[in-house]
Amino acid sequence: MAKEHVDMSKPVIEMRNIVKKFGDFTANDGINLTVHKGEIHAILGENGAGKSTLMNQLYGLFKPTSGDILVNGQKIEMNNPRDAIAAGIGMVHQHFMLIQPFTVTENIVLGTEPVKGVVMDMQKARENVKALSERYGLAIDPDAKIEDISVGMQQRVEILKALYRGCEILILDEPTSSLTPQEILELIDIMHALTKDGKSIILITHKLKEIKESADYCTIIRLGRYIATVDVDKVTENDLASMMVGRQVTFKVDKPEKEPGEVVLDVKDLHALDYRGVEILKGLSLTVRRGQIVGIAGIDGNGQTELVEILTGLKKGTSGEATVNGVSVFNRTPRYGFDHGVSSIPADRQKHGLILSQSVEDNLILQNYGKEPFSRHARLNRPAIFSHATDMIGKYDIRPGGSEKRPAGTLSGGNQQKVIIAREVYNDKDLLIAVNPTRGLDVGAIEYVHRYLVEQRNKGKAILLVSFELDEIMSLSDVIDVIFDGKIVSRIPGKDADENELGLLMAGGKKQ
Amino acid sequence: MKKKSVIEIIASTRFLHILLSIILGFVIGAGFLAVMGISVSEAYGKLISSITSVKGFSYVIVYATAYIMTGLSVAFSFKTGVFNIGAEGQFVMGSMGAAVVGILLKDLPKPVLIPLCFLAAMIAGAIWGMIVGFLKTKWGINEVLAMIMFNWIAFYLSNYIAGIPAIHNDGTAEATKTISQNARTLLSQELRTKFDLAPTANWGILVAIFFMFVIWYIIEKTTLGYELKAVGANRNAAEYGGIGVNKSILTALAISGALAGLGGALQVMGMGGRISIFTGQEGFGFAGIVVALIGCSNPFGVLVAGLFYGALTYGGSKLNLVGAPTQLTSVIIGTVVFFIAISVIFERLGGGVRARKNIEGRKEREKEAASLPAGSEKKEDEAK
Repeated sequence: MAKEHVDMSKPVIEMRNIVKKFGDFTANDGINLTVHKGEIHAILGENGAGKSTLMNQLYGLFKPTSGDILVNGQKIEMNNPRDAIAAGIGMVHQHFMLIQPFTVTENIVLGTEPVKGVVMDMQKARENVKALSERYGLAIDPDAKIEDISVGMQQRVEILKALYRGCEILILDEPTSSLTPQEILELIDIMHALTKDGKSIILITHKLKEIKESADYCTIIRLGRYIATVDVDKVTENDLASMMVGRQVTFKVDKPEKEPGEVVLDVKDLHALDYRGVEILKGLSLTVRRGQIVGIAGIDGNGQTELVEILTGLKKGTSGEATVNGVSVFNRTPRYGFDHGVSSIPADRQKHGLILSQSVEDNLILQNYGKEPFSRHARLNRPAIFSHATDMIGKYDIRPGGSEKRPAGTLSGGNQQKVIIAREVYNDKDLLIAVNPTRGLDVGAIEYVHRYLVEQRNKGKAILLVSFELDEIMSLSDVIDVIFDGKIVSRIPGKDADENELGLLMAGGKKQ
Repeated sequence: MKKKSVIEIIASTRFLHILLSIILGFVIGAGFLAVMGISVSEAYGKLISSITSVKGFSYVIVYATAYIMTGLSVAFSFKTGVFNIGAEGQFVMGSMGAAVVGILLKDLPKPVLIPLCFLAAMIAGAIWGMIVGFLKTKWGINEVLAMIMFNWIAFYLSNYIAGIPAIHNDGTAEATKTISQNARTLLSQELRTKFDLAPTANWGILVAIFFMFVIWYIIEKTTLGYELKAVGANRNAAEYGGIGVNKSILTALAISGALAGLGGALQVMGMGGRISIFTGQEGFGFAGIVVALIGCSNPFGVLVAGLFYGALTYGGSKLNLVGAPTQLTSVIIGTVVFFIAISVIFERLGGGVRARKNIEGRKEREKEAASLPAGSEKKEDEAK
């Protein structure tokens, strides 16, 4: 990537030997970071490596225990985000901080509203916002309400909000975690437009591909320690991954050839309405056989969510049929589907997968609490539940060890996912539905999840994989079904899938 | 080992918060006394002396019984994710249920009549809770609003029943008849004189303690408790896990209502023996909310909190003997609740908790990193 827009003579941010301690725990241990004018600088690290702590110090939320922060060559002390904003630093958090019923304009000017006498000058605000959005090619509708616009649009509003406050240095915290592939590309374009205009961007992420695609330099942090700053053009994704995790990482999934067995899941001509009452599934049919991973590739909103909800009993369809081992699970309860062979790794692990405030051991028996050995005559067998949890924690390497009685919400995202996987694999059902099973996980955890899915396949389970990560679909699936507009429009073997062809099919194009 | 220490920390900070809130409640109460020119030591001295005698303490227990029951009711509802603000109405229905049985079936022997009164009260309370649960699960009607309205329906229904000739007092009192002696839970006359107990000393507290254990057992040891807690903590995950969410809500409200209803029975069978025509809500159910809050929604905590509330109520009623207003106890309780409520907010916001959480995870990772092969470190040096 050309770096002509980076002005190496002008460091805008320098963080020197930053140490941040919480009690006796060191979250940042001597971290250095230099960001130049016009640069996109990625900060890479696993979940909990100390990236957010570092950025929170730059944004005035924490004060460093020791070390200096320099903005435009001048040492400054920040006590709160207001000081950071005054110094030209803006931050877009992973979870947006927008007021849903307010319009785009109202959100952007919030706190710095132009006034006419004592009343707010909405007309002027609108013009300002419009001018700003045109300047950076951030197309938005200034009058739309936040609750009506997509996540990608909401992110633009957040970026505009920071720009409106005159920020020169923009911190983006995991900006792509909830975006569709198309929105990610648009975001990268926006980032480049901003740097061309002399802004600097700090990108916090654990997605290697995006770093390669967008960043100029990358600083790697592991376990709170500074590892290296590298020129992104001179390293491979594999190098980055190894530096982040501290060991060699394999992206390739070892998957022996396997002849699929008899049909487990058979979906025929499924129709369903979405929450607005509009038909979203329009006659979807698919089959998954034993020992087979079927990947559903598609852009979000084409009916994947509804398909999974119907198969797991959380939603009712209008017509069609879905059978597991010949037994209909269509329009039944979740319990019925579970009893007849359906298990699933839900898309939203904190909403459907886990009860965060309950203990790990209780979460591990969510569907089985009523069965022996976990209970008898409606009385829970606590020792059996505990020893089951100890087994699972050991077998699936759920960390920290000994967390049987800890609330599930205190585990990291990757370990929460391990709890769900441990539970669903223990359930040992013929059909496993996995929805975005690696969302938000770091490289090490992703590798782990993939290994388990393939293992289940090798054991002869039928696996339906729904994911927005095309790479994941392509590397795991034996067969890829492309979903578009509520139907499976194409079925191709996973082996010779081509990303471009898939992309075209997902967008409703025809097979060449 | 680590697991235990975390539990200890959480338990102790929570406990300290509550203790601190109580102390602050008394400090601020003292401030009010000082402003009014009343001796703090005299007022608090009276408060303490009035509850430390045997007789005084027996009063405290008598007062506390109803608060413990409504406290258990609300605590149970908290655990299961519904906010039973309707314990007030369930309590009223329960006490009326017990009174009606105790009046109409007055000739039954004690061992039959007392359980019947309890049963009537629990059914009445449970039904009152379940109606609201039904409205919620069937039509999605907000349970808090419905309960507040049902508290008033119970209020007027009780007054209506008290006016029915078969129930109404034969004399001039604006109340029901007095319930049968066979339905009373009072301790025997000899016992009361021998130990110099309150004239209303009764064994209702034993029933409350029994149900404290029952509720603890249901919550911690049964599949029912597991289901109810799961629905309370995360309805979506519970549904996904195959638990019938609507059934659970109905069950939780039925149990919660039965507890409050039984509290009403213990009150009428132990203390008054009859129910007056109300002129205002008596507040036993609302007191239950406070008791559940102070008791951390834990059955054993509720017992202690109920006694505390009972002590303040009874001790407070003696304050006017030293010229201090009885409302002082309301000030103290209000302050305590206020500080407990904001301590919950601080816990949620607390960076301390989050940092501690991170430490544990991080230490594990560090251990892992330490055990890495040497080769991986070398590679980074090259990259630098």
